[in-house]
Amino acid sequence: MSALELNNLSKSFGGLHVISDVSFKVMEGERRLILGPNGAGKTTLFNLIAGDLAPSFGTISLAGEDVSALPTNRRAARGIGRTFQILTLFSGETVIRNVVLASLGRTSRRWKPFGSLDADEEFRASAMEILRTVMLDYIADKCVSETSYGERRRLEIAMALAQQPRLLLLDEPLAGLSKEERKGVEGLLNALPRSLTVIMIEHDMDVALGFADRIALLQNGKLLVDGSRDEVIADPRTKEAYLAE
Amino acid sequence: MFWITGLFNSLAFAAVLFLLAAGFSLIFGLMRVANLTHGAFFMLGGYLATSAIGAGFWIAIVAAGAGCALLGGLVQHLLVQRLAGRELAQVLGTLGLSFIVADQCLLIWSGDPISLAPPAFLQGAARLGMFAFPLYRLFLIVVAAFVAIALWLVVERTTLGAKIRAAVDDREMARATGIPVSRLFTVVFCLGSALAGIGGALAAPVLSVYPGLDTEMLPLALLVVILGGIGSLAGALIGSVLIGIIYTFGQILLPDLSYVILFLPMVIVLAVRPEGLLGRQAA
Repeated sequence: MSALELNNLSKSFGGLHVISDVSFKVMEGERRLILGPNGAGKTTLFNLIAGDLAPSFGTISLAGEDVSALPTNRRAARGIGRTFQILTLFSGETVIRNVVLASLGRTSRRWKPFGSLDADEEFRASAMEILRTVMLDYIADKCVSETSYGERRRLEIAMALAQQPRLLLLDEPLAGLSKEERKGVEGLLNALPRSLTVIMIEHDMDVALGFADRIALLQNGKLLVDGSRDEVIADPRTKEAYLAE
Repeated sequence: MFWITGLFNSLAFAAVLFLLAAGFSLIFGLMRVANLTHGAFFMLGGYLATSAIGAGFWIAIVAAGAGCALLGGLVQHLLVQRLAGRELAQVLGTLGLSFIVADQCLLIWSGDPISLAPPAFLQGAARLGMFAFPLYRLFLIVVAAFVAIALWLVVERTTLGAKIRAAVDDREMARATGIPVSRLFTVVFCLGSALAGIGGALAAPVLSVYPGLDTEMLPLALLVVILGGIGSLAGALIGSVLIGIIYTFGQILLPDLSYVILFLPMVIVLAVRPEGLLGRQAA
């Protein structure tokens, strides 16, 4: 069964066609890489899938359900987790509070407006467990604004995982990291459960190609090549559009 | 004697300002919407209370809050939400609506100032040595303190508050983690409008209600929010006290320069700390 299916997806801003007639399927547990030169429409595609942008045309189905008309928060509740190209966190809160807030959407607790989040030991324990997974438990009570860039990248992944997503969208998770920090995040990516479907945009080819099962190559908002990793790498259009740059 | 009485009156005025500015700050902080109908809601709350006073003082206050909350919800749903992401259109839309509300108030309640009698048990003064403090103004200070504590508890200690803070911090991330930001907008807009209406109703026995009250109060609320820091309740509290003191003493001591000394601290704060006293610096 496909975890995600895009059918004739298009997005235009006035006369500018940012995504044009893109269709592909991502199967459950698949690792899909989205490649393309700058301005190809990769992040716009993520924003369409996550619900931050409404498509001009076409549909988006999550595990067989058409979610095209749902707002972002309801898509998140249905299992879409994501990280952002530009770090996006609750910078005024502590590290653990960020993870607790991210996990709120998947529990019945989200319907209860009153009562303290801090007093909920179960929430804190499960958030701590996730922080251990991304090796951030040692700064759990530190304010996000006091953490390093690399720690924030890992926290973003922790928050996406806290939502227990069925589809994880990773938008350049290695961007801006040092060599050491890259190794840490790469380890995290490789340790993600195989049952989780992951779509990733990444420019670090060593990591990205090692991670991907299949690749979709975008150019000028159009799907240029779609296939297995080896097929896409071997395709001359790939070299022309991207790898030759 | 003069300074103590002046300080007391400043705090009573600050209490009214806080009720007005707290909601404005929350709405501005969460939704990045400068809701220019906020002053009109304050005036409308006063007028609604004068009409409902026959049913009793407390019912009049509740009616003012409920009426403004309902209208605020409608404004959010029918106007602000439809103009999402278009700040200038929202500013112009809410400004235009404030004129409409003000005109309708003039039509319904005429142009004469209307005063509201405080309940009998809040009439008179409390004496402390040689000082006499009007009971109703003491009551205003107590109510504002109570509202400040209640709002602080909601924002800092509840799940709803955690979501509001998260959405103030980063709307995009809040949505991505499943927080229904649009619904939060409506809740906060209703709450902020209710506080403005209650503020106007509670201020009516002191300030009266009259055409132009909205345009007198709105700049003060803007000053409080800019001075204290957008989206910060503590900032709104500190800003209210500062503006209350400056406004009250300025009018008594330097009436010709009262607007200069009112806006000067804002200019200085903006130059030195653009995010306001307790506002968060943009990342």
